Amino acid sequence: MDIHEYQAKKILSGFGVTIPRGGIAYSPENAENKARELGGSKWVVKAQVHSGARGKAGGIIICNSSLEVAQAADKLLGKKLVTNQTGPEGKITNRVYIEEATDIKKELYLGLVFDRSSESIMVVASTEGGMSVEEISKKKPETIIRSKIEVAVGMQKFQAREIAFGLKIEPNLIARAADTIIGCYRAFSELDATMVEVNPLVISNQDQILALDCKMSFDNNALFRRNQVSELRDKTQENPNEVYASDRGLNYVSLDGNIGNIINGAGLAMASMDMIKLAGGEPANFLDVGGGATPEKIVKAFKLISMDEKVKVILVNIFAGINRCDWVAEGIVQALEKIEIKVPIVIRLAGTNVEKGNKILKESKIKYIEANTLEDAANKAVKALGN
Amino acid sequence: MSVLIDKKTKIIVQGFTGKMGSFHAEEMIKYGTNVVGGVTPGKGGMKHLNLPVFNTVKEAVKNTGASASILFVPPAFAADSAMEAADAGIKTCVAIVDGIPSHDMIKIKRYMRRYSRTEKMTLVGPNCAGVISPGKAMLGIMPGHIYKEGKIGIIGRSGTLGYEAAQQLKNLNIGVSTSVGIGGDPINGSSFKDILEKFEEDDETEAVLMIGEIGGPQEVAAGKFAKENMKKPVIAYIAGLTAPKGRVMGHAGAIVSAYGESAVEKVELLKECGVIISKNPSVMGETVKSALNSKT
Repeated sequence: MDIHEYQAKKILSGFGVTIPRGGIAYSPENAENKARELGGSKWVVKAQVHSGARGKAGGIIICNSSLEVAQAADKLLGKKLVTNQTGPEGKITNRVYIEEATDIKKELYLGLVFDRSSESIMVVASTEGGMSVEEISKKKPETIIRSKIEVAVGMQKFQAREIAFGLKIEPNLIARAADTIIGCYRAFSELDATMVEVNPLVISNQDQILALDCKMSFDNNALFRRNQVSELRDKTQENPNEVYASDRGLNYVSLDGNIGNIINGAGLAMASMDMIKLAGGEPANFLDVGGGATPEKIVKAFKLISMDEKVKVILVNIFAGINRCDWVAEGIVQALEKIEIKVPIVIRLAGTNVEKGNKILKESKIKYIEANTLEDAANKAVKALGN
Repeated sequence: MSVLIDKKTKIIVQGFTGKMGSFHAEEMIKYGTNVVGGVTPGKGGMKHLNLPVFNTVKEAVKNTGASASILFVPPAFAADSAMEAADAGIKTCVAIVDGIPSHDMIKIKRYMRRYSRTEKMTLVGPNCAGVISPGKAMLGIMPGHIYKEGKIGIIGRSGTLGYEAAQQLKNLNIGVSTSVGIGGDPINGSSFKDILEKFEEDDETEAVLMIGEIGGPQEVAAGKFAKENMKKPVIAYIAGLTAPKGRVMGHAGAIVSAYGESAVEKVELLKECGVIISKNPSVMGETVKSALNSKT
């Protein structure tokens, strides 16, 4: 789960990381008042959307008067911001963050992620802040510092100091920098995060070390024990069909093609999509109804796919294990009696009681194209596009 | 022979008296698995499915001599149960459950570092279908009847894609020595390489089919291991050619975030290691067959 910049900042500040003063606003008037409250003569208005690269997309506006703050908020609020990470449809800006401007002396990069090879938490840092980490590793790979943290004992002071010295931070600021790095580590480890990125981490002309922009993502599997995190979920930042799916226990990812998929198991789903591609088609979605593929889930899956206007053919591929094909077939018949589907449907059943399952489908009134193997199913789905 | 479990392996079920635990324990027993009892804290002394229930894994091991366990406990308590199994001397533990936090998985793996290599439990999963040695025993939730007894080892992340492979093999009259589902999570108990090592040592496994997917470094690490240490042929299929970068495809671990993690890149890197590639998921069986033919 992703959260907004201002939410991440608030969390990190609770772990001893210094952040610029700021406030959230939902309207231009609100924004203007916030600017007055903060005082000073220069502010930054930042669109709160779940994406990086907001600056290049016009989502971050520097203002020199409270009137300009109101105008900037008006320009951003209620509009979709399209960045190179959001896809062409963009993401809606429902709130803006008003922050006092910072006099920047130096911009650094600090990120924490899981390292799957060593199964530990990895800190990645660089003196070249402000660029994305991908850009840094292309343009200035020699500046990247990596430090593996042993999670059983947590980050040690010396490790944070080593990173800070590696970032060429002046000696009088090392202790402060180390506290900042340890604060980010503690937030990562204590809140079940999967990513913390402070970019840039800046040193100001007043010698403050500040998190100027930051991003945090969390482990969905751990939200049950992180109420303060899970309540920060902002569904307006997610694809509406994906929200509909996740609220109903389905694993769904919307894609650009026109063959809709209903499959049980993530691996089989990916494999079926590969077959569609090899047969010359493009999948409209990834949809895993779960290994069990209960009739209720199948009904929900058909409903979800029927909401996607891109879909011109539906491919159902269920490999029944403990759940039996006859049971799955009944689920499909029930679903198609309830939901009107206008596009051709290709169904491939396999596994336990496959003959019984196919018999139920044949004897029902539903219109479908039967397929026997994975390859047969993909070929028939692509062929059905032409009909 | 087979790896991890055979006909004699004594098995206990953790979370025995729950709905999932009861259902799958019965299925495993029907398959011929030597289930000797189970653990549900607070229900020790009871009988369930005509088998003894214990309060702790230690008690269960002491009284039954069990050496393997399967977990049917909710994700929030799974890490605790896995560590309890390791501490009680269980040698193979399968975690079926989907949804264990990654931080908990790291905790389990750190905890297990206290045991020497010979004493260490093999944790399989989580988020997997389990382990089956066809004709011998099933420590999992798969449909046993689709597996034919034979000499191919299978290692896969996905349950249903593993079933697909087993069925393709069966249709070609090729059987399986053991099939191990290592699960779809980013941090898992056993890696592809860990299981490859076991198959290489197993007398009755002739070749290994590895069914990988996008995300993480494990498939490539296994390929390197195979190149340097294995005599048996390794055949692989990697799912997710069409998966977009940076999106999680169902399995928490199925996300491309670095070089070498996409399906195309993994296939290239595996080829360099001499791994035979099944070019699409509908020819996994045929690719194994031709690898066996060229071997003899």
